[in-house]
Amino acid sequence: MNFLSIFVLVPALMMMGLYVSKTRKQIQFVTATGASILMILSGVITYMYLSERAAGNMAEMLFTADTVWYAPFNIHYSVGIDGISVAMLLLTSIIVFTGVFASWKIDPLPKEFFLWYCLLSIGVYGFFISTDMFTMFMYYEIALIPMYLLIGVWGSGRKEYGAMKLTLMLMGGSALLLVGILGIYYQSGATSMNILEIAKTTIPIQAQYYLFPLTFMGFGVLGAMFPFHTWSPDGHASAPTAVSMLHAGVLMKLGGYGCFRVAIYLMPQAAHEMSWIFLVLTGISVVYGAFSAIVQTDLKYINAYSSVSHCGLVLFAILMLNQTAMTGAILQMLSHGLMTALFFALIGMIYGRTHTRLITEMSGLMKVLPFLGVSYVIAGLASLGLPSLSGFVAEMTIFVGSFQETDTFHRVLTIVACTSIVITAVYILRVVGKILFGVIQDEHHKHLTDATWFERLSVVTLIIAIFALGSAPFWISNMIGESVLPVVTQLAK
Amino acid sequence: MQYTLLIVLLPLISFIFLGLMDSKLKPKVAGIIGTSVLGIITALSYTAAFEYFTMHKIAGVYERLIPLHIEWVRFTEFLHIDLGILLDPISIMMLVVITTVSFMVNLYSTSYMHGEKGFQRYFAFLSLFTFSMLGLVIATNIFQMYIFWELVGVSSYLLIGFYYTKPSAVAAAKKAFIVTRFADLGFLVGILFLSFYTKTFDFGILTSGNPNVFASTVGVSFMGLSVMSWAMGLIFIGGAGKSAMFPLQIWLPDAMEGPTPVSALIHAATMVVAGVYLVARLFPVYEVYAPDVLHGIAYIGAFTSLFAAVIACVQTDIKRVLAFSTISQIGFMMVGLGVSGYGAHEGLGYMASMFHLFTHAMFKALLFLGAGSVIHAVHSNEMKDMGGLRKYMPITNYTFLIACLAIAGIYPFSGFFSKDEILAATFEFSPYLGGVMSIIAGLTAFYMFRLYYSIFWGKGHKHAHDHTPHESPLAMSIPLIFLAVVTIFAGFIPFGHFVTSDLANYDIHLDMTVAVMSVSIAIFSIGIATLMYRKESKIPNIMGKTFSHLHKSASNRFYIDEVYIFITKKIIFKNISTPIAWFDKHIIDATMDGFAGVTQWTSVKIKGFQSGQVQQYAYIFLLGTLIIAALVLFV
Repeated sequence: MNFLSIFVLVPALMMMGLYVSKTRKQIQFVTATGASILMILSGVITYMYLSERAAGNMAEMLFTADTVWYAPFNIHYSVGIDGISVAMLLLTSIIVFTGVFASWKIDPLPKEFFLWYCLLSIGVYGFFISTDMFTMFMYYEIALIPMYLLIGVWGSGRKEYGAMKLTLMLMGGSALLLVGILGIYYQSGATSMNILEIAKTTIPIQAQYYLFPLTFMGFGVLGAMFPFHTWSPDGHASAPTAVSMLHAGVLMKLGGYGCFRVAIYLMPQAAHEMSWIFLVLTGISVVYGAFSAIVQTDLKYINAYSSVSHCGLVLFAILMLNQTAMTGAILQMLSHGLMTALFFALIGMIYGRTHTRLITEMSGLMKVLPFLGVSYVIAGLASLGLPSLSGFVAEMTIFVGSFQETDTFHRVLTIVACTSIVITAVYILRVVGKILFGVIQDEHHKHLTDATWFERLSVVTLIIAIFALGSAPFWISNMIGESVLPVVTQLAK
Repeated sequence: MQYTLLIVLLPLISFIFLGLMDSKLKPKVAGIIGTSVLGIITALSYTAAFEYFTMHKIAGVYERLIPLHIEWVRFTEFLHIDLGILLDPISIMMLVVITTVSFMVNLYSTSYMHGEKGFQRYFAFLSLFTFSMLGLVIATNIFQMYIFWELVGVSSYLLIGFYYTKPSAVAAAKKAFIVTRFADLGFLVGILFLSFYTKTFDFGILTSGNPNVFASTVGVSFMGLSVMSWAMGLIFIGGAGKSAMFPLQIWLPDAMEGPTPVSALIHAATMVVAGVYLVARLFPVYEVYAPDVLHGIAYIGAFTSLFAAVIACVQTDIKRVLAFSTISQIGFMMVGLGVSGYGAHEGLGYMASMFHLFTHAMFKALLFLGAGSVIHAVHSNEMKDMGGLRKYMPITNYTFLIACLAIAGIYPFSGFFSKDEILAATFEFSPYLGGVMSIIAGLTAFYMFRLYYSIFWGKGHKHAHDHTPHESPLAMSIPLIFLAVVTIFAGFIPFGHFVTSDLANYDIHLDMTVAVMSVSIAIFSIGIATLMYRKESKIPNIMGKTFSHLHKSASNRFYIDEVYIFITKKIIFKNISTPIAWFDKHIIDATMDGFAGVTQWTSVKIKGFQSGQVQQYAYIFLLGTLIIAALVLFV
């Protein structure tokens, strides 16, 4: 067992702690401590990673470990991280931490809620530290199942429908994925399912032609790629706050990460030849999601469609197949994760007070909820790409990177994707103007109370992270940039 | 000159401090902090300007200094965003303009905004704006400029929407942001094109005149225009958005919903000239590699100027008159740049444009602050609520008059000199364009004096509030007086010694024919305005009736706003977004639901086979056996 597995171990210990806790106080203690430890751990791992790199360790993955798990099928439990995983671990820790505080007073069944919540985090953490495709897939499934219960039990509105839809569509995606993974394994002729091993082999091009679309689509479903995105609005709308945060903030990133790590890394030839199909689809996602968001009236739907647009940009940039755009894609994953989590947290908090998410039923909330209002504006500004907030750096890296592709097809698509910055501004300002500004219409809204301390903690943590990424992007973009390099070299072969 | 960093940083610190403390601070303290920070940086920029213009001239040519430079984020081998400070004559000039006006506006606001809810927030936003605008002008590279360009846009959004409970202010803020964002899209794509071919964002490299930088653009063209024309044209769209050039001018009049000092600072003196500054910054590139775009800029500037001047003649809201006058004057600056060449005398237009930017900032800020003082006194923006105020508000009256004379171009006020140089340069470029610009100058004099007489002369009307209007307090009159003094004397600054297209000295010579002509036109127009508006007269009504068509169209701003509403509401909302949302719900999502439905239907249909009834199984078993037996026997 390698020390990376501690990221999986801590949530597991949290589950045990939760199992024995009786009162809400104890539950809160266990989750808060666990989440804080995870935060610290991801800080430590970042430091370790950077100092190792600074010491000149240029291995593709650091801190690797490999244990045979099930010898007959060559299944290994192998872990290792590069700059991208480190970035994702940081993101996950921040979201898990803030998610805990956002659902501080979750009702009913707090214990069960957090048990499933921890299981979900095990899946996500495990996914990011795995280098073995099978382990990865297993963790992916672990992350998927709790989602169904979390939405189905603690959700709101049409929660059974939303939960079912989300789980079934993602399961459908993972079915494609399983076929893809097995195909890759057998076609590559490698002796294990370790990605690093398989990358050294060459998968026959005929096989790549069907395996690439399978894996890309499989992960693409999770990345809300058009036309497989419809689970996102309905799923998010009915999910409880923390689950929306974790799902949009981290789980959707599994899609982009997987596309990058498995589909493109292992099948570079097919990526070159078939990227145009997916570029068109993701290009559509970017604009289509943004336009759809303009006319929605439910806050969560707006944010879900905005996620479709932003996550579309992630996959779009990955498919540009050059270092800058891919770096931008990973930055966008971080940035989108943070700001969408902030959005969902705030929407949850506003909903908890006004009992409505319809923008037509709210107005003038800035006056009574100044803290939440200002935070919402900041989240909105991050989303529309204000410099000094995270969205700007990510989007600009993507646009500059995509523009390095000289042919007309890529150029046109890039410019089309650029238009999203205007459309985003339209829907963000529409919402801000409707719900926060103006005069309070609803009498009940005049007596709302602003955020409590745990809500503030959650929101402020996210805002600080957004600011940090947006104002000092250099170290993280360098860290990601050099980790993208192996994939770029693989593509150049 | 490392201390110039402080000029930028102090407002940022002040913003963060005021923003975080917000209502924990007493309003008075917030005002003092905001204003004194501005006072400090104003002093610093004057020091910087003095030091720069006296000490950093080598062989008659000003140096470009880069006292600070860090790499912020790296994209590719060549492309990286840097943050730094670039000091050259135009950026130094802008530092002086921005800090001066901002300081005056801060001081003015301590009194004007007194007692407003959100006073602390107001000063925080002002600091944010000042920070962003300063960052914009000292940018060392085009991407840094874009960064601060966006920040400026947001500060403007926040300040226009300062009265956030007022729906019209919220709508205006949103409109301003989205229209300029749309223009920024052009800017961004332009940057992408430019940087892709030149492999740099850096202004120093782009404007160095080294042809190797542009080597890879040679022969690349798209739809008949060279790639440089595309790039520079797209970049200009960004500038046109911020500087309210036709047809992107629609946001500016609405932006007057913000507090009046904000209009003075952002929508008259500083942010709206960002587009002019952008073109000036990249002027060597425009001049050599995209002359067609540069000439286009001249014509767009001239058209916008004319268009806005005509509208300004019939508006009744005093701030809107000033807004259209701003658009018109920025048109002048654009024309100045557009007709200019590079080098000593060739670069007259460039010099004149920067000069006009400088003088305009001062007298337009003065006009707005004066208007604010008037609005403060009568509690209305409408001309009909004013009249005869000269008796009650002498300081406002005289300072306003000075500004009106300056903008009308009367010797020896500053506007005369700068406008005259622009006209001279334009006449050299094309006599027709020069003629048009002279007519616009005449219109300017006319509408400004229409405004002046309507406010300060004529019979005092019944005021909305019963108390007699009175002069504004000291904190408001000091800025008025200061700016009035600058307006009177700024014309005598030997501007050509400081700012020129090639950084070298140039002595301005007054072109007497142009000067005499423009002054006579101005006096003639003022005469007409005097006739029509000094005392109540029937002429305006008669004129209005005679040209009823023109009058009505101009009052409605030539219906450009209606076109925009049509585009946004009808086309984007109704015909794009709504159908897409419908498609998503009823086609894409319905397909997914359809899969689920089919699965369910199938399972319902076939679940009968799993009934658990033994006799049914036996029956089917028997039937199956019989069929197989029959098949075996008879086939």
